[in-house]
Amino acid sequence: MADTNLTTPHPDSVERGTPTVMVNDLYVTYRVQGSLTSGSGQSSSSGSAVDALRRIIRRRPAPGVQYIKAVRGVSFTAYEGDAVGLIGRNGSGKSTLLQAIAGLVPLTKGQVFTSATPALLGVNAALMPQLTGERNIELGSLALGLTPAEAEARKADIIEFAGIGDFVSLPMKTYSSGMSARLRFAIAASVNHDILLIDEALGTGDAEFQRKSQERIQQLRGEAGTVFLVTHSSATVRETCNRAIWLEQGKIIMDGDVTSVVDAYDADVASAVSTSANRQAGAAT
Amino acid sequence: MTQDPGLVDIDSTADGSDIDVEPRMSFAQDPVNANEIAQAAAKYGLKPIGTRAAVVDYLKMCWDRRHFIIELSAAREQSENSESRLGQLWRLLNPLLNVAVYFLIFGVIFKGRGSVSNYISFLVIGVFFFGFTQQAILGGSRAVTSNMALVRAFSFPRALLPISVVIEELNSLGPAIIICLGTVLISGGGFTWTWFLLIPAIVLQTMFNIGIAMALARITERVRDVAKLLPFFLRTWLYLSGVVFPISQIVSTHHNVIGFLLAFNPAAVFIELARDCLLASYSVPPITWAYGVFWAVAMLGVGFYYFWQAETRYGRG
Repeated sequence: MADTNLTTPHPDSVERGTPTVMVNDLYVTYRVQGSLTSGSGQSSSSGSAVDALRRIIRRRPAPGVQYIKAVRGVSFTAYEGDAVGLIGRNGSGKSTLLQAIAGLVPLTKGQVFTSATPALLGVNAALMPQLTGERNIELGSLALGLTPAEAEARKADIIEFAGIGDFVSLPMKTYSSGMSARLRFAIAASVNHDILLIDEALGTGDAEFQRKSQERIQQLRGEAGTVFLVTHSSATVRETCNRAIWLEQGKIIMDGDVTSVVDAYDADVASAVSTSANRQAGAAT
Repeated sequence: MTQDPGLVDIDSTADGSDIDVEPRMSFAQDPVNANEIAQAAAKYGLKPIGTRAAVVDYLKMCWDRRHFIIELSAAREQSENSESRLGQLWRLLNPLLNVAVYFLIFGVIFKGRGSVSNYISFLVIGVFFFGFTQQAILGGSRAVTSNMALVRAFSFPRALLPISVVIEELNSLGPAIIICLGTVLISGGGFTWTWFLLIPAIVLQTMFNIGIAMALARITERVRDVAKLLPFFLRTWLYLSGVVFPISQIVSTHHNVIGFLLAFNPAAVFIELARDCLLASYSVPPITWAYGVFWAVAMLGVGFYYFWQAETRYGRG
């Protein structure tokens, strides 16, 4: 991965090859424990232990439970060499879709097929916060199936890629969220994944890290891997992906080559901003 | 797989949403029925998510990642007591202080030593070997829930998590055994060749511990409340298993059902086997070894199978 001389394939030069991920008519509905105050009319259902017991005995759901339809009828197929950017506003179902592909949420309806077990890179939590970065690198590499010798050989590359310098000998809980995310990406990206799912993990780095991670993603694509990327940054999607899927309220608005989808999305965001500004102006009068 | 060039049907307005963008989708595809998609997926060798490896393949995957087990148990051992000054020493100090408390309360105040001749050795062996299973249970119950980041980021056989907990406890059993041997010698127990029988006894207990750690890893992952109940269960189990006073103190005769159940319970079995091996003055019925083999094989089999069944569900929030 330290190989910077690699020839990155042009986004569109990758042929529609073998499918690696098939998502068919996918629905994901999940339960959230809403705020207790929202359970209007049931003032007695507070959060006390007695009430909790009463609910268990009567088999009643906890107050304020809401069902959120995060993904509603999504279908697409991704191929070897695809880097798919998932874009959309907050709450549009991007991250849920990614988790569904990773098998981390139960599917309400529909099917997801993959060619291999996907690896999901999220922003939350260090791997083992008490341990040094170095120890985390060793652990992560072994978890990915490397031998101890291979893990040792790649350690220096990973440290350099993550750009954490001397922090490598400090416990990971002392890291900034950016450093921690960079290290996790560097560990995960040190081996080839058939399917790599990245949830906002790239937005945390500086320009240098962004460049390196984009290179690495291109490399994974060149090796017939498929990458999914969730991010708020249109620029990152443009630079990294060859394809984009725009989600809104759990549905696909647009699925196509990265430029046209991101252009349309950006235009929509811009118009929504001006519309809401107009509305506010209208409401004020 | 039908790669339909047409548009996906969007009924956004039906939901009252205000999406006003024309759908333009070069790669869009319509949903197809479940059979059709399954056939298309099978054609390219794709598998539905949530497909777990067969038991044999799964075991092979575990074996391939054995270095990860060792590294994970070593890493956790290192980090666990890293914030206290005595660090790793607490792994031994903790049970030793327990021994001191039990000795004071049950040995001195209640004079509960019963017919036991070498009470201090009886107690030390009981506390350390019960502790081996106790820690495996507590650690196993946290094995998956406390490693969510690892579970989500890397696809490895999840069984490695509870296994590494038991390996970690096995590591700290080493110094504990030295303390047991020292106590036996100082209290006048003397060396016997049966000390070497401790090795198969520990193998059996380790098998049992891996099985029960796996079972609890799955149970607590689904129902977190179980972790809260475990300490109470374990304390009760300790008193019923002849750790601090012999079982004969609880049930006078060995020829009734309760007496049999207490002697058959796995914690009692493994503690008694250890005492049998280490204390010349202490002997258990030979059938206890058969109980030990039964518990080791049965718990490992059941625990592994139970854990493996939910393999693809670990990591769901």
